[in-house]
Amino acid sequence: MTETTFTPPTRFAIPGRIAVTHQGANVWQTATLTEIRRETPRAATFRFAVPAWVGHVPGQHLQLRLTAEDGYRAQRHYSLASAPDDSGHIELTLDHVEGGEVSGWFHGEARPGDRVEVRGPVSGFFAWPGDRPALLIGAGSGVVPLMSMVRHHRARGLGVPLRLLVSARSPEELIYAREYGAETTPVFTRSAPPGTPVGRIAAAHLEPVLAEAPPGGWEAYVCGSNAFAEHASRLLVAAGQPVDRIRIERFG
Amino acid sequence: MNVTRGFTGRPRVHRPGLPPGQYDAGDDWPVLSAEVTPDLAPADWTFRVDGLVEEPRTWNWEQAHALPGSVYEGDIHCVTSWSKFGVRFGGVSLDAFLAAVRPLPTATHAVAYSHTGYTTNLPLTDLTGGKAWIAFSHDGRPLAPEHGGPARLLVPHLYFWKSAKWIAGLKLLDHDEPGFWEQNGYHARGNPWEEQRYSGD
Ligand SMILES: Cc1cc2nc3c(=O)[nH]c(=O)nc-3n(C[C@H](O)[C@H](O)[C@H](O)COP(=O)(O)OP(=O)(O)OC[C@H]3O[C@@H](n4cnc5c(N)ncnc54)[C@H](O)[C@@H]3O)c2cc1C
Repeated sequence: MTETTFTPPTRFAIPGRIAVTHQGANVWQTATLTEIRRETPRAATFRFAVPAWVGHVPGQHLQLRLTAEDGYRAQRHYSLASAPDDSGHIELTLDHVEGGEVSGWFHGEARPGDRVEVRGPVSGFFAWPGDRPALLIGAGSGVVPLMSMVRHHRARGLGVPLRLLVSARSPEELIYAREYGAETTPVFTRSAPPGTPVGRIAAAHLEPVLAEAPPGGWEAYVCGSNAFAEHASRLLVAAGQPVDRIRIERFG
Repeated sequence: MNVTRGFTGRPRVHRPGLPPGQYDAGDDWPVLSAEVTPDLAPADWTFRVDGLVEEPRTWNWEQAHALPGSVYEGDIHCVTSWSKFGVRFGGVSLDAFLAAVRPLPTATHAVAYSHTGYTTNLPLTDLTGGKAWIAFSHDGRPLAPEHGGPARLLVPHLYFWKSAKWIAGLKLLDHDEPGFWEQNGYHARGNPWEEQRYSGD
């Protein structure tokens, strides 16, 4: 018998860098909707009371399920939008997917007092506890877990550098538009305010940020549709960001 | 049962072959992976089986293709709840690779590892007896990089995260050792028919 240790030719960010709890991963609990806030014509934030929430690290997601009268269940993953706190509440931000079963219920039917079930948080790979300089790149509702990081950064007054590049179709469709500060560069793909160019996130957006990387470099977090995740992660690699310092969350 | 007020869900068509909690993705094939899609040319691809075997071995692209070809036609199921019916993968049965290395009687589990460093664990019985493949093609075309090309593991009777993309090797062990998603709370085995999504399910 021979033992050899495999060394991958392309390295990949290792799990387990960040300690997360999986305590909530297999326990369904009731989440009571307490508030709905419109973000854009297509997206809204849903605030829930989840008294026994075990806490999360920014970037983590949960599993949510709805049950019909006949017992039919639909379950989906949603990123936590809120920063970890001890309020007994969590927030999710959902895009209204055309014909979508779960997002359709949220956008058409849900009102405060309604109850759904959640379990989690799940997965720690995309988590960011605020320990390393972070370069966050998201598109559409892909900004949701990144906003949890930005909010955490602010709430704790963290000194570690943080930059957010967020892509949206238009200023009207930019989720959390009012909340961004100097850390954020919005990029618009269809229409932009006068004087702002229209187009996808490109090398020209990344190069200056990578050029001014803090000592030790950035930990990159990319989130959005698969097409966006492929595009942004390839740009990052081409611009010199190490493969093992890129974490990707694909919404499918 | 916790009925959600006003939720009816889509009209339910009973689809034989659809595990609980899954929907038919039709022609869609969603991509889920946590890492950057690697640029891995067939010429740079290798596949190794070691650990508890009589004769560890590494195959390159030509050597793997010299083994008898084998096709999987059937369904696949992803833990994120889509299923795909009637997919067709071409490759080599894992039995052909295992026959060459001769697993020791003590081997009970395997860790599959990919060229990106991704890992996933499987009981050996889920990999033998015509249940698993190294797949090179889908629908008669080379497997696309974002779906694990040039070669991925294919274990279609388990949730698809077990079918490691960009497969680089298997290490046979005498115990179970959680891989990447399993360390992140996912189930050790991942049987879609029993909805083994998270550990404890
Ligand atoms: C880790 C993770 C985190 C996520 N976080 C967020 C988030 O923060 N915010 C957010 O808005 N989204 C998020 N998503 C996406 C989310 O999980 C859902 O996919 C999304 O809300 C759509 O669900 P839906 O039920 O509304 O639509 P679905 O009904 O699932 O429809 C989505 C697509 O699938 C097809 N489809 C699905 N089921 C069927 C069916 N039975 N028959 C025919 N077609 C079907 C639809 O035609 C449509 O194209 C996340 C996904 C992942 C994996």
